[in-house]
Amino acid sequence: MKVNRTAAVFVASSLALAAALGGCSSSTSSDDPLASTTSSAELTVWVDANRATELEEIAAKFEADKGIAVKLVQKEYGDVMKEDFVKQVPTGKGPDVIIGGHDWLGLFVQNGVVARLELGEAEAGFSDVALRAMSYEGITYGLPVSLENIALLRNTALADETPATWDALIAAGEAVVEAGDAEYPVLVPSGPESDPYHLYPLQTSLGAPLFGVKEDGSYDPADLQIGSAGGEAFAAKLVEWGEAGVVNTNITGDIARDEFAAGKAPFMLSGPWNLPAIKEAGVDYAIESIPPAGDKPLTPFVGVQGFFVSAKSENALAASEFVVKYLGSEEVQLDLFAAGGRPPALTSAFEIAAAQDPDVGSFGEVGLDGVPMPSIPEMGAVWNYWGATEAALINGTAGDPGVAWSEMAAKIEADING
Amino acid sequence: MTTPLAAREGAPAERVPRVRSLRGLLLKMALLGMLDALVLYALLALAAHEQWWLAGVTAVSAVAVNGVYLSRRALPAKYLVPGTAFLVAFQLFVILYSGYIAFTNYGDGHVGTKDDAVAVLISKSLERLPESPAYDMVVVERDGDLAFLVTDPDGRVSLGAEELPLEPVTGAQIDDDGVAVGLEGYRTLSFPEMIADQRRIGTMSVPVSDNLEDGALRTQDGSLAYLYAATLDYDPTADTFTDLETGTVYADRGTGAFVADDGLEITPGWKITVGFDNFTRAFTEDSIRGPLLGVIGWTFVFAGVSVASTFFVGVLLALLLDDPSIRMRRTLRVLVILPYAFPPFLSALVWSGLLNPEFGFINQTLLGGAEVPWLTDPLLAKVSILAVNLWLGYPYMFLVATGALQSIPRDYVEAAEMDGAGPATTFLRIRLPLLMVTMAPLVISSFAFNFNNFNLIYMLTEGGPQDISTEMNVGATDILITLVYKVAFGEGSGRDYGLASAFSIIIFILISAIAAYSFRRTRALEDVHR
Repeated sequence: MKVNRTAAVFVASSLALAAALGGCSSSTSSDDPLASTTSSAELTVWVDANRATELEEIAAKFEADKGIAVKLVQKEYGDVMKEDFVKQVPTGKGPDVIIGGHDWLGLFVQNGVVARLELGEAEAGFSDVALRAMSYEGITYGLPVSLENIALLRNTALADETPATWDALIAAGEAVVEAGDAEYPVLVPSGPESDPYHLYPLQTSLGAPLFGVKEDGSYDPADLQIGSAGGEAFAAKLVEWGEAGVVNTNITGDIARDEFAAGKAPFMLSGPWNLPAIKEAGVDYAIESIPPAGDKPLTPFVGVQGFFVSAKSENALAASEFVVKYLGSEEVQLDLFAAGGRPPALTSAFEIAAAQDPDVGSFGEVGLDGVPMPSIPEMGAVWNYWGATEAALINGTAGDPGVAWSEMAAKIEADING
Repeated sequence: MTTPLAAREGAPAERVPRVRSLRGLLLKMALLGMLDALVLYALLALAAHEQWWLAGVTAVSAVAVNGVYLSRRALPAKYLVPGTAFLVAFQLFVILYSGYIAFTNYGDGHVGTKDDAVAVLISKSLERLPESPAYDMVVVERDGDLAFLVTDPDGRVSLGAEELPLEPVTGAQIDDDGVAVGLEGYRTLSFPEMIADQRRIGTMSVPVSDNLEDGALRTQDGSLAYLYAATLDYDPTADTFTDLETGTVYADRGTGAFVADDGLEITPGWKITVGFDNFTRAFTEDSIRGPLLGVIGWTFVFAGVSVASTFFVGVLLALLLDDPSIRMRRTLRVLVILPYAFPPFLSALVWSGLLNPEFGFINQTLLGGAEVPWLTDPLLAKVSILAVNLWLGYPYMFLVATGALQSIPRDYVEAAEMDGAGPATTFLRIRLPLLMVTMAPLVISSFAFNFNNFNLIYMLTEGGPQDISTEMNVGATDILITLVYKVAFGEGSGRDYGLASAFSIIIFILISAIAAYSFRRTRALEDVHR
């Protein structure tokens, strides 16, 4: 009997499915695969799940104002989304608008998948670093949404103030360790291949930024400055810090966060992404600028997220209208801040957000001194050489630090210019 | 495809009186109906996207499938069709597609068509004139021709269109903000109308004067226009881009990009087929060949040692636990196959934590705070990988060997013992050969699996540690498949799907050759039974 019933259910449901599909296929252009051939005025936006919810309201408003529906497609934020965009736009099946990190921009431009975007009057409302991040080779491509950078976290129970220089900070940290109150003088997130991102502020303070800057504020990949004398000084410092245990390639980002949250270090270099865990652990902290290791300007890398318009959008006019006029509004920037907790890129929204959440304000202040992380497509290779060399320096396996550093600079140069 | 065979075999089937159950018929009709509905849907969708070739293939296969199942003949085909369909869709297509990509330059900077590349280059070459203001504008239309009605920042109103430089106009309707919104004889486009025509509006370029160097107005939203000057000029007939500043001419030289005489390329380029270039590069370019040969060598060592070690340990344990005199055999067997119960990538991830030189359990607890660089020393990392793979892989061999041992008839062993053979001889001469009959194909597939054991390598070391003295982004423990990943999606300078596919084809050829050779050898083993 049981078999009989199963078969009956199966037959019935498959008939229903067949009918449903048949119905779909015979209907007119209203359903999806057929719609894209007619010039339907619908915008497709790729956005992560968190922010999709916050964008629903503004999407509805856009539809009410302009009669163009906005379809929010949820994608998991990250490399897959970036790859999909690069692969799908040329086939004409990509979205009209995508949210993404500014460090994807080099890849987008190299592959010709992103359209230029004039922000017009809106430009004045954004911080300089955000606008520089959204442009590539002097052309603006995106509307900035949020900023992210690292700063120094101080455990207020272990240290009363942040010393003025990095050396003094190490000394202060070691004093706390000697007193038996902590295990590490300072925590710098690293990993087997080191972490040039977290070490970059210190490197710049010794006078070795990665690239020189052109007049228009964009990076000049032809002007590689990492190999300068300051870079070699930094290499020597890395060996010193490695020996002293200040920087340790066995301390991954997760270990650093957990140890700081356990109150085992007075100081830590960290981004805002570690704060929830630290708060939960009940550690009282202060967010401050990173003390410089040298006498040059200290500039952390800033990561900027923003909206980009596809180069092959069928709805270019509507897409740029939606991005610039709607997504660039203070209200939307604050909504997106509520969804992700990242400081808004729009200055007026940032001020409101900072008033709501002092941590955001503190990180944002540090970020104002920062520079956008370079977004040239060759950065992948650059990070690789950079990290491997720094790891070797920290572990004392690199031989002469100056030589290792200049060899690395030569490889980076060869990769960028070759 | 199997018609002649089917016809022959169909005849005897006819002779058997067939029991036609209504239920079976209904089920068949329902399933076929469902399939046909899907096909119809697919056909309409494909037709809408003008994918005629694919639509044709779909239609032909659908007709063939219907024919097979509606006819009373073609019995073998009825069984073969579903399997064949899946084989084609999930194996053959993937292999052929990788094969095709291996002969293209598909990769960063070469993803789209040439037309797309030209359009992007033209747009990229436009330089916003420094200090130029934004012009308020509306789009107006007369007799189907579009024009820009522009109000400059000083309030002067002018009209212009493609190829028609701006001319001042009078008598325009001005709104409260001082912006011209309409003109006698022209109709102002509403936003929905602009949306309907947005491709045309978005590419319109309205010169501000007869002198092209003064720039042209373009708009992206239909309400504000900006002044741009081109830095590159595209000549469609010669198919070249000319740099207006330096006079450099970039031409299509068949490399999938516009290239100047001195070899300088402007990006993006486009996707073309490049013949055997990727394969030639893999074996002739020093920067690729060196690492590639090293990686191929290590891949063989890794796969070979992994199979040998897991086989040895697995069979040894199986033999031990096959001895009836051991107590609690069931419990022990369960304990032994425990590593098999965890997803391998998770185990690998856990092991990478356990092997952390300073914080890992192995060094800190087992070795009392030693700092053995398990995963960061090139040689030790290889040893660690092999050890972890032994842990992950021996339960499989153990399971198979246990089953195979139990299927060996007792009397063979007893007969050998009667003839005076000791345990060692019995094992080597009787049990092992019989064991190999079952296990040889699995050993081969285990080799093929380990040859492509991406999870383990990537989760444990990501292919590292990297030797900072090498040029290419290759680590000491990279095997071919992780190298493919790094080339295709990895952190290197630009992904190169073409080269990565070429590597995949090399892997495919290597594994096929080894498998074919080994299977031929195992056929000899089957003679044992005769």
